[in-house]
Amino acid sequence: MTIQLSSVNIRRVGAASGRAGSLVRRHERLIARLLLMPSLISSTIFVYGFIAFTLVLSFTDSKLLPTFNFVGWDSYAKLWGLNNWHVALQNLLVFGSLYVGICVALGLLIAILIDQNIKGENIFRPIFLYPMALSFIVTGTAWRWFLNPGLGLERSMHNLGWTDFKFDWIVDSHMAIYTVVIAGVWQSTGFCMAMFLAGLRSVDREIVKAAAVDGARGITLYRRIIVPMLRSTFLSVFVIQTHLTIKSYDLVVSLTGGGPGNSTDLPATFMYDYTFTRNQMGVGSASSIVMLLAVAAVIVPYLWAELRDRREKGDAK
Amino acid sequence: MLKLARGIGIAAALLVSSSAIAQEVEVMHWWTSPGEAAAVNVMKEQLEKKGIKWVDAPIAGGGGQAAMTALRARVVAGDPPTAAMVLGYDIKDWAELNLLGDISDAARQDGWDANYPDAYKFFGEYNGKWVATPFDVHSTNWLWLNKAAFDGLGVAEPTDWDSFIAMLQAAKDKGLIPLAHGGQSWQDAVLLGNVTIATGGIEFYRKAILQQDKQALGSETMRKVLERVLQLKDFMDSNAPGRDWNLATAMVIKGEALTQTMGDWAKGEFVAAGKKAGDDYMCLRFPGTQGVVSFVADSFVVFNVSKADKAAQIEFVRTLMSPEFQEPWSVLKGAVPANLKANDALLDACGKKAFAEYKEAAASGNLVGAIQLFSAPAAIRSAVEDVVSRLLSGDLNVDGALAGVVASADAAQ
Repeated sequence: MTIQLSSVNIRRVGAASGRAGSLVRRHERLIARLLLMPSLISSTIFVYGFIAFTLVLSFTDSKLLPTFNFVGWDSYAKLWGLNNWHVALQNLLVFGSLYVGICVALGLLIAILIDQNIKGENIFRPIFLYPMALSFIVTGTAWRWFLNPGLGLERSMHNLGWTDFKFDWIVDSHMAIYTVVIAGVWQSTGFCMAMFLAGLRSVDREIVKAAAVDGARGITLYRRIIVPMLRSTFLSVFVIQTHLTIKSYDLVVSLTGGGPGNSTDLPATFMYDYTFTRNQMGVGSASSIVMLLAVAAVIVPYLWAELRDRREKGDAK
Repeated sequence: MLKLARGIGIAAALLVSSSAIAQEVEVMHWWTSPGEAAAVNVMKEQLEKKGIKWVDAPIAGGGGQAAMTALRARVVAGDPPTAAMVLGYDIKDWAELNLLGDISDAARQDGWDANYPDAYKFFGEYNGKWVATPFDVHSTNWLWLNKAAFDGLGVAEPTDWDSFIAMLQAAKDKGLIPLAHGGQSWQDAVLLGNVTIATGGIEFYRKAILQQDKQALGSETMRKVLERVLQLKDFMDSNAPGRDWNLATAMVIKGEALTQTMGDWAKGEFVAAGKKAGDDYMCLRFPGTQGVVSFVADSFVVFNVSKADKAAQIEFVRTLMSPEFQEPWSVLKGAVPANLKANDALLDACGKKAFAEYKEAAASGNLVGAIQLFSAPAAIRSAVEDVVSRLLSGDLNVDGALAGVVASADAAQ
């Protein structure tokens, strides 16, 4: 809500300065540009500069430190020949689709429930949002203990007398990746909920009333009228969560350390391993370039759509 | 003009004299646990006695990974420390980049060539120059046992594979966890290394693990090694995956588990828990590896430094490589001195045994680099670790693992 309000304010201010004359506006633009300069320069160097550097390294046979012995596409060929990389990609697919899917579904459900003007909304909202306040490291560590069969849930159940209870996914190499999903969902559902709640609250009440007059009630009202109006919220949630998935590192490191074996490695942990501990910087760089392309594949269409939307709106005015 | 020249002259003189006074070494390491920090203090004190200031640059965490990352950043930025803790084959990787300083003068002065075995020189030298200081001996082919638990079994000390398995089975029958293990890839690798020596003998270990000879790696002996590693899985508890090594040691200390196979840094845990070697716990060589010492050596590499700092650097490495330093250091670190001239008076029962065996192994050529860090360059080593980890986690069967270790030999290309 606040975000929208402030954007309205900005538009008003812009309109006001338009009336005040072009000299003031030119001044304002100059100041704005000057103020943006430091961050522009630093992000050019530290983000795009280093992306370029990584790209260069991915075509070298760098091992321990960056060297500039160019070997063409060798690192990429090696990368795609590595079993570990394929495991990491498969895990990304499993983790990404489940994590994003469950977060969106659960977040939307909770948001709709809270949106019923229930009593105590002010208590429920922070409860669901609270895990967001933790870093993934804390989440991972807490869940590692909780899921460890000899320490957490399974043991407690055994102590309570339910001795057949078995929940050992975290030490089972075929199931461990799902524990990463569980911990990730626990952390991020609140965020999705907050996004959807904001979306729901910004739906035009007149439309809802009109639909109600036409006889839409309960689930139908949400399914047919309200949820389709949340299209842009869906897109935002989807993009934010997806790029988080591709970058996921700390959650896996703290929860499973990539194990058992390497069954829960993700591309980000793979990249760190190969670049910094296995002295194969060339392969590591190649993997981070592949990850960059994957993130770009998600973000660029989104940005493009956003920009096009804005331009269309601008034209309409 | 003259004034200016004189001014410069004075400034230069001041500079020279100040650098002569401010002798210091900046040392990067990852010894941050209480026991390790106490050991580092020995280093610091001995240097300060010689008038050299110790600038501590510890970087905690990640078994040194964080420190290695920081070291890379500093070296790339052109600001390397005087020395940094770098182990095993990583020393060669650094040396290959022409970044390391030459400390052969110190080696000549103190006779390192005579005082250190060839296996150690291999990790200290590069192209005939000393560039690193492997100064203590940790060995990984140990079996740590809870004495009370062992006595309760009524079996003899295991000396070969069959008696080892019989002992583990006896513990299992009594409801104990026979083998405390931490399912992290490097710990899986420690297990593999020990079983390889116990099964194929030291020559096979050299061929398969140190030289990555494909014939040896694909042989029936290797298959047997992998089968035995898998056999040991039956004696671990199901919560092993991901467990830290010191938690596994704690299981032995508390008597929940009978034994652990781990490097002798595990001894530090027993000592810290107030246990006594021989009374509360026992140290046996991994059955079938008697007479062999597979070592991990703590060491520093030295970087190219300015002439002014060189003197302090030389003094630093001479201290490290001297028996006077290694004796007290080893007691606190749970290691034994690497200098063959050192005295074992300060060491405990396990330490005396380890030092005697180290000297024997050095003389007989049974001293080999442990699979962890000292067997092969990082790329190959971690490929082998992957395979044995996947074998133990049930991802691979023996056939798959055998194909995997053969393929690991190509990992460096």
